[in-house]
Amino acid sequence: MATVAPILAVTGNEAVAEAMRQINPDVVAAYPITPQTEIVQIFAQYVADGKVDTEFITVESEHSAMSAVIGSAAGGARTMTATSSQGLALMWELLHVASGYRLPIVMANVNRALSGPINIHCDHSDSMGCRDTGWIQIYGEAHQEAYDNHLMAVRIAEHPEVRTPVMTMTDGFIVSGAIGPLQELETEQVQEFIGPFTAINPLLDSAHPVTVGPFDGLHGWFFEHKAAQQQAMDRALEVVDDVAREYAELSGRRYDLLDPYRMDDAEIAIVVVGSTAGATRMVVDKLRSQGVKAGMIRVRLFRPFPHAEYAKLLGRCRVVGVLDRAESFGAQGGPLFLEVRTALYDCDPRPKVLPFIYGLGGRDIFPDNIEEAFAALRKAASAKKVDTRRRYLNLRKDEV
Amino acid sequence: MKTASPSKDATQLPALTEIRWHGRGGQGAVTAAKMVAEVALGQHKHFQAFPEYGPERSGAPIVAFTRISDDPIQIFSGVEHPQIVAVLDPTLLGIVDVTKGAPDDAVVLVNSDLPPAKLRAKAKMKGRRLYTVAATRIAVETIGRSIPNTPMVGALVRVSGLFPLESVVEFLRAEFGKKFPPKVVEGNVAALTRAYQEVQGE
Repeated sequence: MATVAPILAVTGNEAVAEAMRQINPDVVAAYPITPQTEIVQIFAQYVADGKVDTEFITVESEHSAMSAVIGSAAGGARTMTATSSQGLALMWELLHVASGYRLPIVMANVNRALSGPINIHCDHSDSMGCRDTGWIQIYGEAHQEAYDNHLMAVRIAEHPEVRTPVMTMTDGFIVSGAIGPLQELETEQVQEFIGPFTAINPLLDSAHPVTVGPFDGLHGWFFEHKAAQQQAMDRALEVVDDVAREYAELSGRRYDLLDPYRMDDAEIAIVVVGSTAGATRMVVDKLRSQGVKAGMIRVRLFRPFPHAEYAKLLGRCRVVGVLDRAESFGAQGGPLFLEVRTALYDCDPRPKVLPFIYGLGGRDIFPDNIEEAFAALRKAASAKKVDTRRRYLNLRKDEV
Repeated sequence: MKTASPSKDATQLPALTEIRWHGRGGQGAVTAAKMVAEVALGQHKHFQAFPEYGPERSGAPIVAFTRISDDPIQIFSGVEHPQIVAVLDPTLLGIVDVTKGAPDDAVVLVNSDLPPAKLRAKAKMKGRRLYTVAATRIAVETIGRSIPNTPMVGALVRVSGLFPLESVVEFLRAEFGKKFPPKVVEGNVAALTRAYQEVQGE
């Protein structure tokens, strides 16, 4: 049963580093990049101080970090890394290798915009951009999840029905650099929860030699590998939920595949990712106090996307607004919009779905901006014809 | 010299208090923002502290925020309407609009040798409740370094009535005590206490 742990005041990055310390992975290979730097810095200190048994591999780039992580995971080690933005982009080709080899790597990504122009602040273009690399993606809201998600991610990635790398997301600076509350488990509890690492067909088992990643061409099984990856994604939905249930028994904190708020009778609703959810809940409460049937869903699991749950919760709404902190240039909206609208296509009646873009390059979003989005949804609810082009929140109007 | 009376001047604080810190890189504004949040934790309040991130250069204007609440804090937007503004460097007054968005009854605390009335006239500040404390001088005389953040926290505790002074002293002894020698810790305690006593209201 859950015990009451003291509340700590930590940055989001410290919360991630604490999770990594308690996980005590066999290998960490990482390269520092803003705003993730603190994670690598703190973890390297833990290694130097002997607080973990981890082999820490310093590398000259994120491409090498992911390569070393893949090598060590294939060798039979429990392996983690962390990155942001350009670092994640530099890993790109290897992200496919990690998932294609079915290596249970856990990576903390601290969300940051991709250049250019150069920008170090939060948006989701880095992780949303690699949504099709075959990694499971879990997005957190604040400090507690920056910690909790990593503990669950280890179990999910290593689950025999899944065996797929997991990427966890924390909003750069907004959460990673802010001081907020964290309640930790005891290290022994964490170790018991994640259990010992079981390597499957490790390269270093010389008694049972295997080959990892050979050429698998025209007459090979490449296509079947890809179908198997998708099957693992399908199975991951249930595994994520099972792991979350078990984690709730341990921690008292229950995480669902998605995080709904006042959705029971909602007529208009916003779907949002990350730290903006809190301000959105406040606006939902305000609108509810005025008699508006507003609701919200916060995204937790983006890959695999639990589309049936979204259809179930949003299918009863008249209008749904999707807030994307990333662009998909030339598409009808951002990555999350495309996902939500697809999930609702088979609903009858089908809610209207409107795309909103906000917060690119760290542009702040205020409750007023979210109210503006809800106002657009209310207007669309009673309109005969709805303009479904992108709407921007807190965009400078005088200069665009 | 008129000192601020905590009983008369202490702000009637709502459930959520939002503080905006203005300083220059190197003056410890971010540390002050975090210190107040950590003291709030010790007082069983909910807390949040974060800087407005940018290129971090010594001497460049910087902004940091602290939120303290009786309820869990879920908003992560920047603070738009601070009830308390703390200015660690008086030379910012002509450069940065430190009272931007602050309501008319907001507390504005400035590190300055001038009494509030004189500073108000000099800075042409309208409205708000102005307080001054010679934080840099106090820091030099007690800690031996011209970093005004600890005395600014002492003055802020007095004019805001957020927590008792003793809670901050306890925090300094416990937390600073882990990192610094006793001389530095007690220097900070002295700086905090002096600023608490010497902060002036209008």
